[in-house]
Amino acid sequence: MFAATVPDAVTFAVCAVVVLSGAIGVIASRNAVHAALSLVMTLFGVAVLFIEQHAYFLAAVQVIVYAGAIVVLFLFVIMFLGVDRREDIDAEPLKGQRPLALVLVAVSLVGVLTLAATSNWVTGAHRVVGSLSSGHHTDTYLLGKSIFTTYLWAFEITAALLVIAVVGAVVLARRPSRVHDTVVEPGDAGPVGPGTPDAGVPERAEVSR
Amino acid sequence: MSIGPAWYLSLAAVLFSLGAIGVLIRRNVLVMFMCIELMLNAANLTFVTFSRMLGDIGGQSLVFFVLVVAAAEVVVGLGVVVAIFRRRANTTADDLHGMKG
Repeated sequence: MFAATVPDAVTFAVCAVVVLSGAIGVIASRNAVHAALSLVMTLFGVAVLFIEQHAYFLAAVQVIVYAGAIVVLFLFVIMFLGVDRREDIDAEPLKGQRPLALVLVAVSLVGVLTLAATSNWVTGAHRVVGSLSSGHHTDTYLLGKSIFTTYLWAFEITAALLVIAVVGAVVLARRPSRVHDTVVEPGDAGPVGPGTPDAGVPERAEVSR
Repeated sequence: MSIGPAWYLSLAAVLFSLGAIGVLIRRNVLVMFMCIELMLNAANLTFVTFSRMLGDIGGQSLVFFVLVVAAAEVVVGLGVVVAIFRRRANTTADDLHGMKG
């Protein structure tokens, strides 16, 4: 079933290199913007690996949501906060923490790989939710069917989760209203009429920040 | 068919380890967030691989929910970062000791 063909092997090899080099770029780049761009590289590699495993819908969602929305959000915050300068990556505040972290992660990785290589896959029942290869339905059809029948309650909960996250982000990012915050900065007023009194528009100044 | 699942699972394990290294050794809060995204992606890759391996759509459904939770997590986390930046000017995690006893 899993007989490898040459194009598949080449695709996997190229994507593995792209994914891992992007990940190394994320953890090793001094500039936060470079780290975000390396993250895009990794996300695209993972999307291609999704396509390689016939998860077409998830590959599209990966590109749209991760590379399109989340990374742009990261870049917005980086630019917004003005931290797109090089940081001193060599400073080590905790003595010996980095070698210890590297050793611990290496031990965990070797342990996981050894376990995976030497043990059998205990997997339980096949096709609890729905078969991937049933007839000629596409993966999008099967995914939608599974989400809107088996996992409908979880899907509704994610709607509530997203609303809570948006409200929480607005509350967190909102500045506490003070008197001197209500002054509209010159050039940023935009649609606000001239001579707007600063009494009733505390939100207007936040937009320009 | 494509190549066997063991390769994908090994790649996901290495990717997860790189994300864990990044979270442990970096001091920039934004980069630590990106490394958490790397770890989530490694988990997603594992889910999709098992989904194909078992012929079950459940793994792909779970990836869908992981995407939603990751988006919510990033939104709230970046909100916290922005709120912290209002009070102090740098992003290193070592400076965030305001709740130390």
